[in-house]
Amino acid sequence: MINAIWLILLVTGIIVAALNGRIDVVTEAVLNGAKQGVVVCAGLLSIVVFWMGLMRVAEAAGLVQSLAKLIYPLARFLYPSVPKNHPAMGSIVANMSANMLGLGSAATPLGLKAMQQLQELNPHKDRASDAMCTLLAINTSGLTIIPATVIGLRLQYGSARPTEIVITTLLATFLATTTAVFLDRYFRARERRKGGWQE
Amino acid sequence: MMQVVQWFASWSLPLIIAFIPTYAFLIKKVPVYDTFIDGAKGGFGTVIKLLPHLVGMLVAVTVFRESGAMEYLIKLLNPLLQPLGVPPEFLPMALLRSISGSGSMAIMTDIFQAHGPDSFLGRLASTMQGASDTTLYVLTVYFGSVGIRKARYAVKVGLLADLASVIAALFVTHWIFG
Repeated sequence: MINAIWLILLVTGIIVAALNGRIDVVTEAVLNGAKQGVVVCAGLLSIVVFWMGLMRVAEAAGLVQSLAKLIYPLARFLYPSVPKNHPAMGSIVANMSANMLGLGSAATPLGLKAMQQLQELNPHKDRASDAMCTLLAINTSGLTIIPATVIGLRLQYGSARPTEIVITTLLATFLATTTAVFLDRYFRARERRKGGWQE
Repeated sequence: MMQVVQWFASWSLPLIIAFIPTYAFLIKKVPVYDTFIDGAKGGFGTVIKLLPHLVGMLVAVTVFRESGAMEYLIKLLNPLLQPLGVPPEFLPMALLRSISGSGSMAIMTDIFQAHGPDSFLGRLASTMQGASDTTLYVLTVYFGSVGIRKARYAVKVGLLADLASVIAALFVTHWIFG
């Protein structure tokens, strides 16, 4: 599906530009898009390097493990295929906590770490495992409790009550994440019913 | 209550960054700096693996937006969505949310500037931005970093979850602030 989306975005864009007689826009958009990819990557580099370092410290101090115990029952329910004492469970729980606290910059490196550890458990290295799909579903649906960036931007634009959206965000996130978890389970069951993955 | 939340929003990160190494060093006798460097080394390889994925996806998104195709899509969908309580100004943001976090953030600031952050649109945009994540980005980055090419149903679930976020944001904002 990602192949189809990519192709559609690219080809539709070029066709529309051609029909509008603005084909020169495409060249510029390609250059800008590619440059933005490098810029996003560079921005991510600084944050990921820092958080991976800090998380190693947290791990060495046993903090990630303590946190894991706290949200463990929920994680156990969400990720039944991950063995009880596997390090992936610790990263998954840390990723969930960072997401909940609105620490988006911390959540991504933790999620990547969890992905790497889930990959160790994955028998088909080029295909997503059940747990990987769940991790993705939860991360794409937000899970934020404190949307720090949005609050900051509202403040910047002169909002009288920049934090008033916390309650609406909380409710909307809860609905969206619950839906995502439900959909994840539903499509998994459907795949199984249809005879699983065909190579 | 709001003050507590605001305090939490700005203090949580610095407190965590201060607490982790302090606790590790004083209580657990961890050599904090060496451990930090050791962990940080892993970050570089992780991010470099992402570069091709990010360049590929952002090129496609930028071409789609700059060509005017995004505008047509909005014009096409508007008559269907307006009766459902979806303001036309909100549509580009809702559509862009799944494919570009910085793009939808940019539209949100546009809305703040034009209508104010405390308008219905401003609150809706804020709620939506906070209650979802950039599915295609998360998918690209998370699966790309470990070399997953067969995403199974994950794309479908991610995009449907985004739709759920939009509907939930609309419903909740109408309900609380409407």
